[in-house]
Amino acid sequence: MSTTTATPLHRTAHSPLNPWRPPEITARWWPVFLRNFLVWRKLAIPSLIGNIAEPLMWLVAFGYGMGALIGHINVLSPSGETLQVPYILFLASGSICMSAMNAASFEALYSAFSRMHVQRTWDGILNAPVSLDDIVLAEMLWAAFKAVFTVSAILCVMLALGISHSPKLIVAWFVLLGVGAMFASLALIFNALAQGYDFFTYYFTLVLTPMMFLSGVFFPLQQLPSVVQKIATCLPLAHAVALVRPLFMDQWPSDPWGHGLSLLGYTVVAFWLALGLTRKRFSK
Amino acid sequence: MSNTAAQAPLAASTPLSQAPLFEASLLNKHFGTHHAVKDLSFQIAPGECLGVIGPNGAGKTTTLRMCLGLTTPDSGRITAFGLEMPEQALAIKSQLGVVSQFDTLDPDFSCVENLVVYGRYFGLSRRAMLARADELLEFAALTAKANAKPGELSGGMKRRLSLARALVNQPRLLMLDEPTTGLDPQARHLMWERLQRLLQKGKSILLTTHFMDEAERLCNRLLVIDQGQKIAEGTPRDLIAEHLEPEVIEVYGQGALALAENAAPSGLAALAKRIEVSGETVFFYTRAAQPLLAALANLGSFRTLHRPANLEDLFLKLTGRQIREDA
Repeated sequence: MSTTTATPLHRTAHSPLNPWRPPEITARWWPVFLRNFLVWRKLAIPSLIGNIAEPLMWLVAFGYGMGALIGHINVLSPSGETLQVPYILFLASGSICMSAMNAASFEALYSAFSRMHVQRTWDGILNAPVSLDDIVLAEMLWAAFKAVFTVSAILCVMLALGISHSPKLIVAWFVLLGVGAMFASLALIFNALAQGYDFFTYYFTLVLTPMMFLSGVFFPLQQLPSVVQKIATCLPLAHAVALVRPLFMDQWPSDPWGHGLSLLGYTVVAFWLALGLTRKRFSK
Repeated sequence: MSNTAAQAPLAASTPLSQAPLFEASLLNKHFGTHHAVKDLSFQIAPGECLGVIGPNGAGKTTTLRMCLGLTTPDSGRITAFGLEMPEQALAIKSQLGVVSQFDTLDPDFSCVENLVVYGRYFGLSRRAMLARADELLEFAALTAKANAKPGELSGGMKRRLSLARALVNQPRLLMLDEPTTGLDPQARHLMWERLQRLLQKGKSILLTTHFMDEAERLCNRLLVIDQGQKIAEGTPRDLIAEHLEPEVIEVYGQGALALAENAAPSGLAALAKRIEVSGETVFFYTRAAQPLLAALANLGSFRTLHRPANLEDLFLKLTGRQIREDA
């Protein structure tokens, strides 16, 4: 067999498309999003129970159990005064960010991978006039939607339990939509790199779980050594908690622009990276 | 190749009478050091069915992926409907229908829902799709299964649903990657019948297959590729006439191999143009079958099969009889 040495002169070399070129988005992301929605609608009730049961168990067990031991916790308000806050309120405001993170990550890892690799749904869609960019965007927005759906259900229960009645929860809801989009984008990076479902266990245990403990969900960041605190304040989840927690206490967050732009920055960079890696995966 | 050029000597560079619907020229693709597709060129005329045949790993699927803009060729040019691939990939795909080798149906949707959801990717509304769904399902012989999910369908039904799904946008050109692999004979015949109907309606088809009967039945023209290169091109009949003797006598069973070994002293070698051995079977390719059959009868009683040469013989002659390790 002859191998590949000769290169005839008459060939026109193709410039291969740069996988890191900017996203090229069209309105065709919508039918892909709608497809995921229509599948989910068939299984919405069972999946709702699965999505909110676990976070609520954490909240009730830790909030009331630990809350009885801890009582109140000191939180620094934006105006500089120290506020005494019931532990369950402290925990609820952090754990709702964690729920948004988990819901978006789970959808953009396990479910997106099923559609991309196992069911080959993406391959089918790519045979239609829909680009990979539109598919990745639709998956990201879909995972963010799933996160916000879970968050809404948990918020309703929190309202019913009387944990917080702050009108600023409406603002928190929009922040949590952004938190969902950010973690969906981050998860899609790992989706693009995965060879199988096992890979996602590493992401959950080595990335998300440590982040959960370092972002002030369960205890104030001030409890940590100052070096760890410095690292912790850069974590995506820490920015989310810093925005959402004051809103639960009917306060405005300090430095909303700093945290908000950090969330946006993480989202944009992660989405671009996820898209580039997915393009590389699909051009093989 | 030479045949088509001989028929139309004035237009040797464009062997098709009409402007091609689809044209690939000098495609090359490497995967690392593996040269998967080498200087491959072909055209599809309106209304034509072009078959791409070749052993596993020959580069058929890579070629198809390049044609769909899913992977970029290292060099070469692809145009369809006057548009450039990959720059105008989405505009090209809106006029294409594709059935890939593996079913990509949505397992959670019924047959009708699969069509409606797929139509949306082409910008077709739910109402427009529902209006056409009956016709498409009838074409796919799935009317009774309209509300069944793909998991409840047989292999043949799933393939036909994939075909119906590829027709939602009323494409001018269909690209089918091994559309009948893994189907039972009834399901294959039904698929062939449907594809022939589409050809009668004037659709064009690009088909990859490794079933020679499928290629012979459906394709106006064949492209034989092996190791990424075109090794023959032409109508099935011309290819057989060009590369093969018209008749084949197969001899099986006891003593068959000894016949091949002693072909020269027994006089069989003089009567057959070519003798091939595969396993326990000997193939005599000849232009004069009767003298050869008579000579065989004189040598003893053998189990023989006398038949015209077909595409399978051509394929095996061009690509070899050995099982490839990478296949």
